[in-house]
Amino acid sequence: MKVALLVTCVNDALFPETGKSVVRLLRRLGVDVDFPDAQTCCGQPMVNTGYLDEAVPVVRTFAKAFDGYDAIVTPSGSCAGSVRHQHGIVARRGNDERLAAASSKVFELSEFLVDVLGVEDVGAYFPHRVTYHPTCHSLRMLRVGDRPLRLLRAVRGIDLVELPAADECCGFGGTFALKNTDTSVAMGADKARHVRETGAEVLVAGDNSCLMHIGGLLSRQRSGVKVMHLADVLAGTEGER
Amino acid sequence: MTFLGMPPFPQAAREALGDTQLRRNLAHATATIRAKRAAVVAEVPEWEELRRAGAAIKDNTLRQLDRHLLRLERSLTDHGVTVHWARDAAEACDVVGRIARSHGVDEVVKVKSMATQEIGLNEALAAQGVTAWETDLAELVVQLGDDLPSHILVPAIHRNRAEIREIFLSKMEGTDPELSDEPAELAAAARRHLRQKFLSARMAVSGANFAVADTGTLVVVESEGNGRMCLTLPEILVSVVGIEKVVPTWADLDVFLQLLPRSSTGERMNPYTSTWSGVTPGDGPQEMHVVLLDNGRTRALADEIGRQALRCIRCSACLNVCPVYERTGGHAYGSVYPGPIGAILNPLLKGVGTDAQTDSLPYASSLCGACFDACPVRIDIPEVLVHLRSQVVDVRRGPRPHAEAVAMKAASWTLARSGRLRIAERVSAVFSRLGRRRLPGGRRAVTRLPWPGSLWTDARDLPAPPAESFRKWWRRDERS
Repeated sequence: MKVALLVTCVNDALFPETGKSVVRLLRRLGVDVDFPDAQTCCGQPMVNTGYLDEAVPVVRTFAKAFDGYDAIVTPSGSCAGSVRHQHGIVARRGNDERLAAASSKVFELSEFLVDVLGVEDVGAYFPHRVTYHPTCHSLRMLRVGDRPLRLLRAVRGIDLVELPAADECCGFGGTFALKNTDTSVAMGADKARHVRETGAEVLVAGDNSCLMHIGGLLSRQRSGVKVMHLADVLAGTEGER
Repeated sequence: MTFLGMPPFPQAAREALGDTQLRRNLAHATATIRAKRAAVVAEVPEWEELRRAGAAIKDNTLRQLDRHLLRLERSLTDHGVTVHWARDAAEACDVVGRIARSHGVDEVVKVKSMATQEIGLNEALAAQGVTAWETDLAELVVQLGDDLPSHILVPAIHRNRAEIREIFLSKMEGTDPELSDEPAELAAAARRHLRQKFLSARMAVSGANFAVADTGTLVVVESEGNGRMCLTLPEILVSVVGIEKVVPTWADLDVFLQLLPRSSTGERMNPYTSTWSGVTPGDGPQEMHVVLLDNGRTRALADEIGRQALRCIRCSACLNVCPVYERTGGHAYGSVYPGPIGAILNPLLKGVGTDAQTDSLPYASSLCGACFDACPVRIDIPEVLVHLRSQVVDVRRGPRPHAEAVAMKAASWTLARSGRLRIAERVSAVFSRLGRRRLPGGRRAVTRLPWPGSLWTDARDLPAPPAESFRKWWRRDERS
């Protein structure tokens, strides 16, 4: 099986460690993952803001970059959802059905680990108090269910505590965070409050964009709570930290 | 349909977010109703099948709407009802006003109805010297308070009982000055006030939750019994019904009368379901009119993706689960249809590109998808929101693009080739030493940026760009 990493533009440019974590984790599990260098972005920022014409060339690049791979793994529920559910819209706009070719091949990281590789214990070690925020697109667009939690529960040393009102949106919402910044921050403030209530040292989620928003608020509040991508927790093993 | 002079959503929301009482009232009310809904929906093992059935009945009906509407008109006419067709709000209001005037009526009682709110009937009647009395308790609170509805089902959701007491004391004639803010006492005071109206009014105005084509039956679903009074006591009954309310047969009601109460009030069954099929000699209103209202519905029907919004049965489940609505309240949407459904229904009925307020509504969502999960007729609201956003963008395309369009074009150009993205990342790496704040874990963060970055950093720290992108690391370390 030829497996490609869709690192996502946000991780590529802002959170490269998460990409490296996925590579390390998958290699540890015996998957020879490749990074198609021609990839850029899934096009979601354009599609979700209404710029379909602008999304067409981006998605065309995407489709070409991932042509020939059997599976595409990505550490982002939101980007996986975009590829799976929105590339069809862009394909219709661009009048080219090949633009949606990747839709059926993409897996969010927890889906790939649990459903494709069939593992829940990935051999990780993380001796910290952790709470988990299920991001909206992984929860309601992809329906990953409790897969991320099953992976986290198998991590050695972890003290996993439940997040109150966990399935409520953090308020990031892509360009929503800028176009409706007051409402976005009001939602994020409540999410940050719930995180603090748990007494967790680390907030974990499957999307760095949501974590950038919640983490940005937690940092502004000097809460001391660190945000980490699920991949970064799962990649760590004993002796490394 | 929309409140005059409302600013676009972001500005209206900003004001609402600063209203402490509103935030508290809404958080409490929506949390209560969410929990009730979740409990009664969980009791129904075939809930997903019911949702699919509801959606299918509506879709099939909408596909042949013309046929079903003509059938409805024939059934109603056969049962002694006068049917009127109204293209828009003005025509509908004109019909109702003419009926009132032809009978010399200067006072009508009203059953809670979204269609009449949509067309601004009360104001239109007032301009013709006819006073319309809202008889639903929450609508009465809104009307007496000279306020606007902020929720489809509970229009005074933004008010708490202390505020309602104040409104009754200052605006409802003959209210006992000793009135407390106990809900039962407040309801009793309203009941005394309304009873006089029910007994004196000669004409009532209602909407309808459903209109059954083959039997000519109108259905009103309510909780307080005020609707039943309006539908039975006066001599003349006028019902304003959106054309999407038609269902083909009586049997179709089975599905909706299960979906609606559980989704809206969180009840297994609503307290009062009134059905009537035309005039019954010697019993109830002896003159009946039905105004079939378009007012943008055929425009919505023409939109292949947006037309699913016409399935809506006005239950409000999407409002109650919406994290945006919970914090901003309904007024911020500037329409009698607020919340997620309002964010799609208003632009669909009015068309995008007419005013900035309507065009701002499809963006009033983080696309979290909670509304779709709660919708009893499976309206994929996030899908329609994204679709309408593309309409807003397309209608604004022109020779002189605005800042956002320029930014999107630039992003599109950069992201169309990985080489261009690589250069952009190399430029951003220059700023990797930016920011003196350290995030937990030690990474640098930026705390203040000029506009438009300030839209982020006014409230949130931003991680400084890394010295090396993932792409660069892969090329250096992993490519072999």
